[in-house]
Amino acid sequence: MKNILALLSLTALAGCGSAGNWGWYVIDPRTQSGWNNITFLFDGFGATIQLSVIAAVISMIVGLMVALPGMSTNRWIRLPSRIYVEFVRAIPLLPMLFWVFYGLPVVLKSMGITVRIDAFWGAVITLAISDSAFTAEIYRSGIQSIARGQTEAAKTIGLTYTQTMRYVVLPQAIRRILPPLANQFIYIVKMSAFASVIGMQELTRRANELVVTEYRPLEIYTLLILEYLVLVLIISFFVRWLERKMGADESR
Amino acid sequence: MPVAGLATVVRTIHSGKARSMIDQSETNRTNAIEIKGLNKWYDTYHALKDVDLTVAHGERIVVCGPSGSGKSTLIRCVNSLEAHDSGQITVDGTRMCDASSIEAIRGQVGMVFQQFNLFPHLTILQNLTLGPMKARGLSRKDAEERAMKYLERVQIPEQANKKVSALSGGQQQRVAIARSLCMEPKIMLFDEPTSALDPEMISEVLDVIVDLAESGMTMIVVTHEMGFARRAADRMVFMDHGAIVETGTPEEFFDAPKTERCRTFLNQILKH
Repeated sequence: MKNILALLSLTALAGCGSAGNWGWYVIDPRTQSGWNNITFLFDGFGATIQLSVIAAVISMIVGLMVALPGMSTNRWIRLPSRIYVEFVRAIPLLPMLFWVFYGLPVVLKSMGITVRIDAFWGAVITLAISDSAFTAEIYRSGIQSIARGQTEAAKTIGLTYTQTMRYVVLPQAIRRILPPLANQFIYIVKMSAFASVIGMQELTRRANELVVTEYRPLEIYTLLILEYLVLVLIISFFVRWLERKMGADESR
Repeated sequence: MPVAGLATVVRTIHSGKARSMIDQSETNRTNAIEIKGLNKWYDTYHALKDVDLTVAHGERIVVCGPSGSGKSTLIRCVNSLEAHDSGQITVDGTRMCDASSIEAIRGQVGMVFQQFNLFPHLTILQNLTLGPMKARGLSRKDAEERAMKYLERVQIPEQANKKVSALSGGQQQRVAIARSLCMEPKIMLFDEPTSALDPEMISEVLDVIVDLAESGMTMIVVTHEMGFARRAADRMVFMDHGAIVETGTPEEFFDAPKTERCRTFLNQILKH
C-alpha cells in the first residue's frame, strides 16, 4: 500500500515538475483541436459496447449449449463438452484473434466457402468463443448447485428434460449464475481492447491512432483507462441493481 | 384347488385387505407392479440382489429394513429414477425398456420424497399446476381447479398462494403429496415421507397417507413408522443387504416374524 502511494505521488509530482512532461492541451475541451480529439476518442465507445454486448450474448448462448450436454450422465455426450472447454480455455485471446482473422477465411476457402471476416466479426467470434468456455463452466456450477431432488421431482410429475430446465432448474440457478456471468461480461469489455490490433475502430484503437499523430501517450492513455473505468462502473452498478431486484424477489 | 379359490373369493367379500390377495393369485388381471430378478450395482456395491416383488392393484405395501438395505433404491427403480442393471419391471402392464415406456410408467406413478423436493421459486399453487399444465396440457383454469381440489384433500387450501419457505415441514410434505396427486397417478411411492419431519408434524402427514390408502390407492411406502404400517399396510416387506428377507401381513410380521434378522430389526426399532 505504501509503495503504491509513493508511486502515485511520484507520478503526480512528475506532472507539476519540469514543464513539458504533461500536455493536457491534447485533450483540452476548451480548444477546438482538443475537443476534436476527445470526440474522436469517445466515438470508440459505440464499437466497444456493440462488440462486447454481441460477443457476450453469443457467449452466453454457446456456453449454455456446451454446459448442458456437459452434465449428462452419459460420458460420450459429456466428452465433446469437456474437450471444448479444455481446448478453448487453453488458447490465449490474442493468438486466437489472429487465427480467426487471418487463418479462418483460408480454412473456409479450402472448404469451398468464401467469406470475408472483417475486423468487427473477427473480434466478435473470437471474444465469444474464448469466453464461452468460461460461461459454460459458470452455468455448470450454477446448475449443479441446484439439488438433484429438484430434477427428480420434476421427472416424477412428467416434465421433459427441456421443461425441467426451463421451469425448474434455470429459474433457480440464474440467481447463482448471474454474479459470475456479470464478472465475465466485464472481462469481455476489457478484452475487447485486443480487437484494436486487427484494426477494429474501438476505444483502444482510436487512442493508439491519436498517440501516433499527437505524441502524447501519457494523457491519451490516461483518458483511455478512465473511459474503460466509467464503462465498467456503469455495468457494475446495473448488475448490483439486478441482483438486488432478484434477491428481493426471492426473500419475498 | 377350486375349493381354495372359492374360499378366497368369499373372504374377499368380507375383508378389504384380502382383496389384494386374490389379485396376487393366478388371475388374469395384470398387477400394478411386477418386479422380477431385479439387480442393481453402484460400481462394485451390490445394492439390489435378485429382488422379486408383485404388487396388486389397490394393495398397500410397507417396506422396512435397516438403512442401506436397498429400500429406497427399490422404489426408485420402479419409476426409473435409478436405472437397474438386470431384471424386469412391469408397471400397470407396461414393461420398462426404453424412454417412451419410462415416460408412460412415470405418468402412472407418483412419488413423495423424504426431502419434499418442492420447487422453492414457485408458489404452492404453481407447484401443483406445473405438471398438469406442462406435462398434461391442461389449461391454467382446469389445473388450478384440480390443484385446489387436492390442496383441500390434504387440508391446506388456504396456503395456495404462499411461497414454499413460508410453510412448515409437515405442510410442505402434504403439498408434495398433493402435487403428486394432481397428476392423478394409479400408484404412489413414498420414500421415507416422515423421516425429515419434526415429531409433532409426523401424524398430520401420516393421516393424509392413511386417508389415501383407504381410498384404494395402490402404494408402496418406505417407512420406519411401524404404527402406521400396522394401520395401513396390506403386506409388509422386510429388506436387508439388498434382498427381500421376509414378507407377510402386518399381523404375521409384527407378531410372529419368521427370520432372525427380522426379529432383531423389530426389537431394535420397537424397543423404545
